[in-house]
Amino acid sequence: MLLIHCPWCGERAELEFRHCGEAHLARPTNPATLTDAEWAEYLAFRDNHRGWVRERWRHVHGCGRFFNALRHTLTDRFAASYKTGEAWPEPPA
Amino acid sequence: MSGFSAVRLLREALRGQTGWGQQWRSPDQPQAAYDVVIIGGGGHGLATAYYLAKGHRVGRIAVLEKGWIGGGNTGRNTTIIRSNYLFPESAALYDHAVQLWEGLSQELNYNVMFSPRGVLMLAHNVHDEQSFRRHVHANRLAGVDNEWLDAEACRAFCPPLDIHQRRYPVLGGALQRRGGVARHDAVAWGYARAASALGVDIIQNCEVTGITRANDGAVTGLSTSKGQIRAGKVGVVAAGSTSLVMAMAGVRMPLESFPLQALVSEPVKPVFPCVVMSNTVHAYISQSDKGELVIGAGTDQYPSYSQAGGVHILSHTLEAICELFPMFRRMRMLRSWGGIVDTTSDRSPIIGLTPVPGLFVNCGWGTGGFKATPGSGHVFAATIARAEPHPIAAPFSLGRFTTGRLIDEAAAAAVAH
Ligand SMILES: Cc1cc2nc3c(=O)[nH]c(=O)nc-3n(C[C@H](O)[C@H](O)[C@H](O)COP(=O)(O)OP(=O)(O)OC[C@H]3O[C@@H](n4cnc5c(N)ncnc54)[C@H](O)[C@@H]3O)c2cc1C
Ligand SMILES: [Zn+2]
Repeated sequence: MLLIHCPWCGERAELEFRHCGEAHLARPTNPATLTDAEWAEYLAFRDNHRGWVRERWRHVHGCGRFFNALRHTLTDRFAASYKTGEAWPEPPA
Repeated sequence: MSGFSAVRLLREALRGQTGWGQQWRSPDQPQAAYDVVIIGGGGHGLATAYYLAKGHRVGRIAVLEKGWIGGGNTGRNTTIIRSNYLFPESAALYDHAVQLWEGLSQELNYNVMFSPRGVLMLAHNVHDEQSFRRHVHANRLAGVDNEWLDAEACRAFCPPLDIHQRRYPVLGGALQRRGGVARHDAVAWGYARAASALGVDIIQNCEVTGITRANDGAVTGLSTSKGQIRAGKVGVVAAGSTSLVMAMAGVRMPLESFPLQALVSEPVKPVFPCVVMSNTVHAYISQSDKGELVIGAGTDQYPSYSQAGGVHILSHTLEAICELFPMFRRMRMLRSWGGIVDTTSDRSPIIGLTPVPGLFVNCGWGTGGFKATPGSGHVFAATIARAEPHPIAAPFSLGRFTTGRLIDEAAAAAVAH
């Protein structure tokens, strides 16, 4: 089980959290003018990268808030957690 | 390689089993060029190569596998086979596979131990019951066997099941009698042996690291840990690693890769006559011919390539198994493991062409592709050979995420499969 750092509550067990997918995916503000391909890209296509990824978590069984984190998808180690709206930290070298 | 037969078994029994040779050729080095290269030596990749060599004149074929064949999800899965999916497109695809399973040992001259002992899916609440009854009706219209059993009938079919416990009450279940299990390694080995006999090169310990393309974008070859290989057509069948391989050709995929775990108990005498799945509590169970209970758990909630999921996922499944089958409470577990499954948002696979000429993909089988192995290989081989989707594969195109014609088995079952 992962140990996850909530920027508001500190370190808590993974069971308190819900994973919410890739981070920094802004919902297009102009859906009516997007092509089908652009809309599909937003809805379904993902990096699914092996390495450092930026992802969204929600502390559902705690403060209830969303935040972002930087995690490595091979080792599952976290490098950082940061609040929504903050710039993402650089991944460790 | 000579065929297996009763006469040969007898002869080998008298000769101290000394005459069994290597079952398939595994050349250490690839040739400089192939007409078709399959990336990924799991069941789906090997089946694709076999049906290509058997049914289509495409020239030289190779399967490149970064580890050993069957070492991916093929060798890590709980081997449940069934075809009672909701939508006609899925029922056609998975039932095509079940029909091939029924004759596969004869077809390959290799015992894949297909055992249609019946797959029972338990309903624990009104939603489950309504959803399963809907599946039963849809399947009957599609000509796929599936029947509703009330709770008593479930217990009669699977005596270890406790239908009166309070935690997960059993309201009934959907039973597919033609469903069952097969031996996963034998499926990889049987296809490898039969493909090799037809001239397919199976190159193990050969990782694909790059895809080379011509000025017009078409695939021309591959960079691998065993050097450059020229290729006319390339089929990517890399399960959890598909996004990584497709990225080598600059193609993004509608996939996320998650760890999925399974575990086996100590071996015991035959105690469990069928396969039972409980989607609601994420527990799947059958007994192998070796006597181990084979138990499937759920996926982790986050994408990962770690091939090791959280322990709490396993214990959640074991809690459910112990509630449903109290007789297993004192059973010891022998080992657990994880595989990386590639899931799509509609929980249906992707089989077909890609935006890159000469590059084909077969992926997105997620938590439930073993059952489809023969059918998937069969329709993907035809798709590669003709460079146009086989009719059964056509609805499962990559393009469906753009057109919106999803085959939403995720919403239909609301669970893994
Ligand atoms: C724990 C678990 C339980 C499951 N239970 C069931 C079940 O009960 N029923 C069911 O139907 N399905 C089940 N599944 C799903 C099923 O295992 C898969 O859908 C199916 O086996 C996929 O087969 P495949 O041949 O596509 O993939 P794999 O067998 O994973 O083969 C892909 C191969 O590609 C190779 N590869 C990857 N990248 C490269 C590269 N760059 N170069 C060369 N080779 C590469 C890998 O090493 C691997 O061997 C389960 C999966 C898991 C993990
Ligand atoms: Zn919090």
